[in-house]
Amino acid sequence: MDQTTLLSWGQIIARIVQQFLPVWIALIVTFAVSIRYKRKLGLYGKLFDSPVGMIGFALVMFWVYTAIFADMIITMDPIAQFGRVKNPPPGTPLVDVKDGQYAYFLLGADHLARDVFSRVVMGARRVLTIAPAATTFAFIMGVTLGLPAGYFGGKLDTVLSFLANLVLAFPVILLFYLLVTPEIRNTNIPVVLAAVLFIFPVIFLTVLFNSRFFTNPPKRNLYVGITLVIGLWAYLGLAFNKDPLGVWSMDPNLLNVFVSVVFVNSPTVFRIVRGIVMDLKARDYVAAGQTRGESAWYIMLWEILPNARGPLIVDFCLRIGYTTILLGTLGFFGLGVSPESPDWGSTIDDGRKLLSLYLHPAITPALALMSLVLGLNLLADGLREESLKD
Amino acid sequence: MLKFVARRLGVMVLTALALTFVVFYLTNLPPNLEKLARTEGSVRMTDQAVASWIENNGHGGSVFGRYAQWLGIAPGWVLTDDKGVTRGRCIQNNQDPATAATYCGVLQGEWGFSTVFKKPVLESVLQKLGSTGWLMMWVMIVMVPVSLIMGVLSGMREGSRLDRSLSIVAIATTATPEYVSGVILVAIFASATAGISPILHDWGWISGKTLFLGTATSAMDNITFWNFALPVLTIALYGIGYIARMTRASMTEVMTQQYIRTARLKGVRFRTVVMRHALRNALIAPFTVIMLQFPWLLNGVVITEALFNYKGFGWTLVQAAGNNDIDLLLGCSVVAVLVVLVTQLISDIGYVFLNPRIRLA
Repeated sequence: MDQTTLLSWGQIIARIVQQFLPVWIALIVTFAVSIRYKRKLGLYGKLFDSPVGMIGFALVMFWVYTAIFADMIITMDPIAQFGRVKNPPPGTPLVDVKDGQYAYFLLGADHLARDVFSRVVMGARRVLTIAPAATTFAFIMGVTLGLPAGYFGGKLDTVLSFLANLVLAFPVILLFYLLVTPEIRNTNIPVVLAAVLFIFPVIFLTVLFNSRFFTNPPKRNLYVGITLVIGLWAYLGLAFNKDPLGVWSMDPNLLNVFVSVVFVNSPTVFRIVRGIVMDLKARDYVAAGQTRGESAWYIMLWEILPNARGPLIVDFCLRIGYTTILLGTLGFFGLGVSPESPDWGSTIDDGRKLLSLYLHPAITPALALMSLVLGLNLLADGLREESLKD
Repeated sequence: MLKFVARRLGVMVLTALALTFVVFYLTNLPPNLEKLARTEGSVRMTDQAVASWIENNGHGGSVFGRYAQWLGIAPGWVLTDDKGVTRGRCIQNNQDPATAATYCGVLQGEWGFSTVFKKPVLESVLQKLGSTGWLMMWVMIVMVPVSLIMGVLSGMREGSRLDRSLSIVAIATTATPEYVSGVILVAIFASATAGISPILHDWGWISGKTLFLGTATSAMDNITFWNFALPVLTIALYGIGYIARMTRASMTEVMTQQYIRTARLKGVRFRTVVMRHALRNALIAPFTVIMLQFPWLLNGVVITEALFNYKGFGWTLVQAAGNNDIDLLLGCSVVAVLVVLVTQLISDIGYVFLNPRIRLA
């Protein structure tokens, strides 16, 4: 190939910046609005007083907007192959450009001549849909079990803590190798686990509304009814793939990955929630609630939980980062994802085999993953610092 | 104290039993056994033949019974086929069934036979553990002092410029999992086309193509700085940030205590206050954290050994899982579970010993 036709690094950067245009606009709007109204936005607004938190927030939102606008940013189809040249370096022009096609591999292409830049951008969408969702489920499960364990103590606490420690003592990587295999899909284990994990949000919301509004039956019936109808509908679709209307469904591969990641994360959340509840249950407002004759679940969900939100929000940010790392690990070992999936872990795994010769296929997703997790960690650090100030 | 240790040990044994059962159950799922039958027997076996192979090789019956046999608390299976040949779990090839042992499980030291390495499992696991032991030792030698110094330096003057910059470094390393830092380290130090190696080569400072080696396979026989530094650094980096942050938190808490202020007001130099009064109290919490890092390091070991092609314990685990080598995978799990539980026990007991404020009846 003619060397002179390669783009220079300056041109590559200029073109990448141009591709990300929607992200820049969204970021500027977000920051302008947030800083303008930061005094009215509570903890979120206070984030904009801390430079560390702002940098973290910017990094996270960069990837969030990248995931949202991925279709506008990508230059080529992330799973299609272009040309026969293997591992072309960054800035290589395509051999025969058709009409309406982007003319360059901005960040080179991998061993199957797929565009690295588009794959990384599309990978952001995959990572940022699974990681926050899995973390949310892990949190709901950890909170639903951690609240009573910490509040009631006794036998319930002993049993639940033993189970949590059991999962924590399980080497994560071994669990992945056992749970995320093609063979296990022929058994009913993923479905059973999913059935257990996915019922927790429904229980959580039902108890949440019931404990608050049981004195006002019409309102209670409305909220609990909506929760049960939508929750059980989604539950049937997601866990058993038996949604009568076919709206909710989950690819069995994805379900397997999702369930394992939730399973690994929830015991840690359980322990954090349990610790906070044990600390908070000696407070006066809890005693006041008990004297008023409030139910135990009302005190847990509407008195203790809102007061525990600070550490939980911080841990939520950190945990999304950790989940991203776990998903990357799964991809890195080629577990549970389809081979052409553009998620960052498998892209790194694809690229590492030729690492000493061609860096670009592996280093781009590696830096992407690192910057997202770094952003989440900085954001958590900023939130912690600001929430400690009051 | 004795009662505490005994109770902890009891819980530990219970945990170990529960975990090994889960692993046994998951590795001996029907699809895995069918796959085993097809690889050991023939690929074109009928479903019926597969079922009878499973039955004839002691994989039939309830999973609890087989687990008890594997553990060595139930007698091993013995079967006599149509031709009058008696085979069994504890009967080796050409051995007289009458002389064979009744119990042969993990507790008796019979860990089974690896189908990948064609060797007894115990032998191959112990050998690979030795290689990983070297890796872990160097990781600890690098990770522990660096992270403690980082944590103490940033914790002794909270909010200072040193604290800020060290905290950023710590956060950055916790955001870099092994498979990312490994790739970046190789890119910088061990690539013939990028990083610093081509420059050094042009200047004639290094004779080889790269400064460090991109694989650690040669370290199996002979560990040198050039083939071992990158894998060790890859694992250590991820842990450094976490331990440093824990140490920092502990150190900042100690530095606000009354006795530190008293010592300062007495006119003791800042350095002496930190070294004599603060350090010992600040290091209690990091001790637990370091011990609890072991299970996490296991993760890193598996990734790093795969990345740098170092044939240790983690590499063995990947091979066992990838090739449906049930006995080897079970052996690896037993070792992994034991490592995790023993370090948890040490961390619990050590914490009690180190912290005089905790008194146990």
